[in-house]
Amino acid sequence: MTTQNARPTASAIQPPGPGDLRLIVRDQPMSLAAHVAHYGPVPLHAARPSALIAEVERAGLTGRGGAAFPTGRKLRAVATANSGRSTAVVVANGSESEPASSKDAVLLTRSPHLVLDGVALAAEAIGAARAYLCVAARGSLVQSLADALAERDRARLAHVPIEVIGGPDGYLPGQETALVSVLNGGRPMPSFVPPRPSDKGVRRQPTLVLNVETLAQVALIARYGAAWFRSVGSDASPGSALVTVSGGVGRPGVREIPLGTPLGEVLRRSGLSSPAQAVLTGGYFGAWLPLPAAFGVPVSAPGLRAAGASLGAGVLAVLPDTACGLAETARVTGYLASQSAGQCGPCRNGMPALAEAMNWIAFGQPDTDVIRWARQVTELITGRGACHLPDGAAGLVTTALAVFSAELRAHARAGPCERTRRPAVLPIPQLSS
Amino acid sequence: MSHEPEDRPVPQSPRDLELRVNPIACDAHGVCIELLPELIVADPWGYPLIRPGPVPLRLQALARRAVADCPTLALLLAERPAGRPEAARRQVRPNR
Repeated sequence: MTTQNARPTASAIQPPGPGDLRLIVRDQPMSLAAHVAHYGPVPLHAARPSALIAEVERAGLTGRGGAAFPTGRKLRAVATANSGRSTAVVVANGSESEPASSKDAVLLTRSPHLVLDGVALAAEAIGAARAYLCVAARGSLVQSLADALAERDRARLAHVPIEVIGGPDGYLPGQETALVSVLNGGRPMPSFVPPRPSDKGVRRQPTLVLNVETLAQVALIARYGAAWFRSVGSDASPGSALVTVSGGVGRPGVREIPLGTPLGEVLRRSGLSSPAQAVLTGGYFGAWLPLPAAFGVPVSAPGLRAAGASLGAGVLAVLPDTACGLAETARVTGYLASQSAGQCGPCRNGMPALAEAMNWIAFGQPDTDVIRWARQVTELITGRGACHLPDGAAGLVTTALAVFSAELRAHARAGPCERTRRPAVLPIPQLSS
Repeated sequence: MSHEPEDRPVPQSPRDLELRVNPIACDAHGVCIELLPELIVADPWGYPLIRPGPVPLRLQALARRAVADCPTLALLLAERPAGRPEAARRQVRPNR
């Protein structure tokens, strides 16, 4: 444990050890004083702030929002685009529009200052003039984060101005270019890239968009270094990550895991006891994996990718034996179709077609034509939108048709199974008009 | 968007060019499908499906014509990112 000095200095603080939690260490919101006592002061105003970029590169940190893009490379791209003008903007993405994910909200509630440290440090490293922290307007985060910022002001903790923005509901506001559109005063609509936000984002300035957990990891790397960061996790996937475990487990919720931990171990720690047939990984844009066959899959971006899935936003939603995977997939596909911005023809047409086909497959008696059409639509929409919403829906349906192939045959033979009438496992947000 | 001043010049090597659709701008007029059926076909809703891979040299003039004649300027002829595997685009996940 750390030494709790009244006026802690960096040297008095022990970094979290290999078995210690790194990101969320209290059940309650951590005040600035408790935060500094635990982690040590934030190493701002470094002689060479850009040295942090190289440290993040050495750490091998990848984005925790979904795409697992190397964070160091992103920092460097924006720093390069910003060189000589200092007009860059940092956007901390805490929108968490993934319905089965709550890790960003829990992190922002319990460890707000770790995220804010990360925002300030990233801004200093790339020479940004201002920063935005975007969260869902619904809920209490806008207020609690404003309080945390006021706490920093009172402590005269000087850094880049950070503005908390309450964004709209829905699936798209979390998407990088849609978030930039909101910050530019527009609707949450994805845009065609290039130009990428790293070149032209908020007010057409170079814009660093990073997930809030990624920024919290940056704040830890800045304090304790790359070697410390890599002391947990695997070589291919160093460090820890937050996951949200839900569905058929006894202790659902957000957990921090060393990356590369076998899926079975993560689920057992969350109280998996009754038989489960599958797990949805990544998010609603993710993939189904069969259980118990996938117990040995390492929970990391490369580990899950090799299994045909993705770490995505760290969602692990367990489907108990009592639920119908086809019905769950049909409901989620319908939700995703409702969230299309309608900007791109293949998505505007293909998503409702896919949702309708999945409804037949789950709640009707699908013939081979319907099943073939569903597969065909997944191919027709993949890679054909400005954002990856259609790709995500296609991947979800493709893996559902493979993992739940026995149910598919049963539905084709005898119509919807009894389990389709059970309550849904995966949450579907209330659809606003 | 297709006329960003900093867009790199179109290279002349036959292996380096690929067609790309800006799906937000595309309104399924179908001009490109008429002009370049060798590389572009209609999906069930009339939107263009582009054959993956580089534009062959013999079709580059037609490809340029299709780009120029698109009523919504949604068709782009751009340099292929070096070293990108053929199927890589299909594997990308949403960035959120």
